[in-house]
Amino acid sequence: MTGESVAADAVAELTDLAVWFPTPAGVVHAVDGVSLTVRRGETLGLVGESGSGKSTTGLALLRLVEPTAGTVQVAGQDVTRWSRRRLRRLRRHVAMVFQDPQASLDPRHTVGASIAEPLAVHRLAASGAARRDRVAELLDLVGLRRDLAERHPHELSGGQRQRVGIARALAGEPDLIVLDEPIASLDLSVQAQIMNLLRGLQRELGLTYLFIAHDLAAVEHMSDQVAVMYLGRIVESGNPAQIWREPAHPYTAALLSAVPVADPPMQRSRQRIILAGDVPSPIDPPTGCRFRTRCPQARPDCAQTDPVLVEIGSGHQAACLFAGEAVRAMRAQPVNASSP
Amino acid sequence: MTDEETVLSVADLTVTIGTRRGAARAVAGVDWSVRAGETLALVGESGSGKSMSVLAATGLAPRAARVTGDVRLLGTDLATLSAARRRRMRGRHVGFVFQDPMTSLNPVLTVGRQIGEASEVHLGLTRRAARARAIEMLELVGIPSAAERVDAYPHQLSGGMRQRAVIAMALVCEPDLLIADEPTTALDVTTQAQIVELVADLQRRLGTAVVWISHDLGVVAGLADTVAVMYGGRIVEQGSVDAVFAEPAHPYTAALLAARPDPDANVTELVTIPGTPPSPLELPEGCAFWPRCSVRGDSRCERELPPLVPVAAGHQVRTFYPRQSTGEDR
Repeated sequence: MTGESVAADAVAELTDLAVWFPTPAGVVHAVDGVSLTVRRGETLGLVGESGSGKSTTGLALLRLVEPTAGTVQVAGQDVTRWSRRRLRRLRRHVAMVFQDPQASLDPRHTVGASIAEPLAVHRLAASGAARRDRVAELLDLVGLRRDLAERHPHELSGGQRQRVGIARALAGEPDLIVLDEPIASLDLSVQAQIMNLLRGLQRELGLTYLFIAHDLAAVEHMSDQVAVMYLGRIVESGNPAQIWREPAHPYTAALLSAVPVADPPMQRSRQRIILAGDVPSPIDPPTGCRFRTRCPQARPDCAQTDPVLVEIGSGHQAACLFAGEAVRAMRAQPVNASSP
Repeated sequence: MTDEETVLSVADLTVTIGTRRGAARAVAGVDWSVRAGETLALVGESGSGKSMSVLAATGLAPRAARVTGDVRLLGTDLATLSAARRRRMRGRHVGFVFQDPMTSLNPVLTVGRQIGEASEVHLGLTRRAARARAIEMLELVGIPSAAERVDAYPHQLSGGMRQRAVIAMALVCEPDLLIADEPTTALDVTTQAQIVELVADLQRRLGTAVVWISHDLGVVAGLADTVAVMYGGRIVEQGSVDAVFAEPAHPYTAALLAARPDPDANVTELVTIPGTPPSPLELPEGCAFWPRCSVRGDSRCERELPPLVPVAAGHQVRTFYPRQSTGEDR
């Protein structure tokens, strides 16, 4: 075990992780050199747009995708090459909550049976009665009535189904819960309920989360640390205040300025940085900096040098040759919105 | 109520859909109108009736739906027209953009053919002229190398490009009205910003009336002139976007605005609305929001439907207990 690289309070650690998928069109570089640490009792927020590799990164922590390179460490153990048999043990340490609870719950099973399944798999309840008690306790924890155990998923609302997904994830008392877009398919009034529930459970039970989302405001609200991903790489990381108030990578700044705010006069007048074009193909990412093809501040050096994450403030890192400076220049001279 | 500038108006619109579990009142008496060059945003959660009210108004409600009410497009009562004339009028004067561009695009036709087709049918252009018009439209919506992309198939474009192509298709006949039903919901936030800017810019240039349906209050804040907040098939609050957002008078609107995490306010607990939106199959008798309302006045709310009443000029609300404007809420 390479125990020494694991920080004392780290629950999970990825080092130089790469996940490539061969496709007929070429090799997709879904994740391409990602290192991150999730600390016990904290929430690491992973934010990015589609194709950034954030979900694949989460799946790698459960070994639900094969790492092409790099290492995956969970609870102090290097699980990168664990056999399929041993992986069952890993799945007790790391649980997952998916975006669409409708799709992740078996429609033929009752809610109780879905929640009890991990208890059976990991042999966590001695008897049927013990299992029923534990299911009732888990339903209490997530704020559902105990009699819902007899219902089927289609009889529940979206918010209730997501609570069942969370109860199921809690069943094995995991060290880490990977939350992949847990609020994205819920109504606005229900999103706040689920975010409050997740934070309350974390305080109560000392849970550790990897919170994966495209919603920056939600990530800021939920996280102790934030990592911003673009095209298979982390381009910036820091605490939420650093990311929100002093973004140093041009992509983070553009992402922030694209998030609409529910304040009409401010939303109409605010300076926006509108990026041109689309995210390039992960089959053939740009040379040098991967963001340079859309970066309003790209300079000749950016095509030559592939920037690495460098410390630009206490615990604040950015992978940009002109970190900080580029954002200041962008804000002074916003890009014209409607000429892509 | 209808003046010369009004492009589409609906009055007392109801939509009832027969289901195995009974009649669903998807829309229960809705009035709104939109004028040339103006953007009306319909805001609400799933099942609020926001999309159904627009589909019904434009004659696109599902067959099982029973639609009543008065709908006027450019002053013409659509109920008096034959189905064929109604379809022609819709094709010529109304453009549509839906959430998923692939539901609007035919995967086996090039985008150029699809954009051109409407101008052949409604404007009488030749195939060759329609192709030139398609290239012009692709340029207008900001698709690079339009002369080449005109021959591309939908799957060869990215999600953002496809939605631009759908907007080109919707606007090719220079419609008086654009219906945009959650057009940016499936897109990434940086692409969403591009599409919102694009529609706003085209609207300024073409003077189109826009009905924008969305659950995203931030998007609506940036592009709407007027807002109608829907809940349980009815409008619960409507007015200018500035008034509704700055001084929400309905407890539901106020709670929705407060439920979003605000990165500039350091709060641990978010304001929540307990429960879930009601099913159109079992709408409460009185105020539909009553079971979830924090104000919860009295048994009157439970039994009696509050009327839509003015709280200020051009700002109306459907509640017995409008929030007093303090002017310092936000």
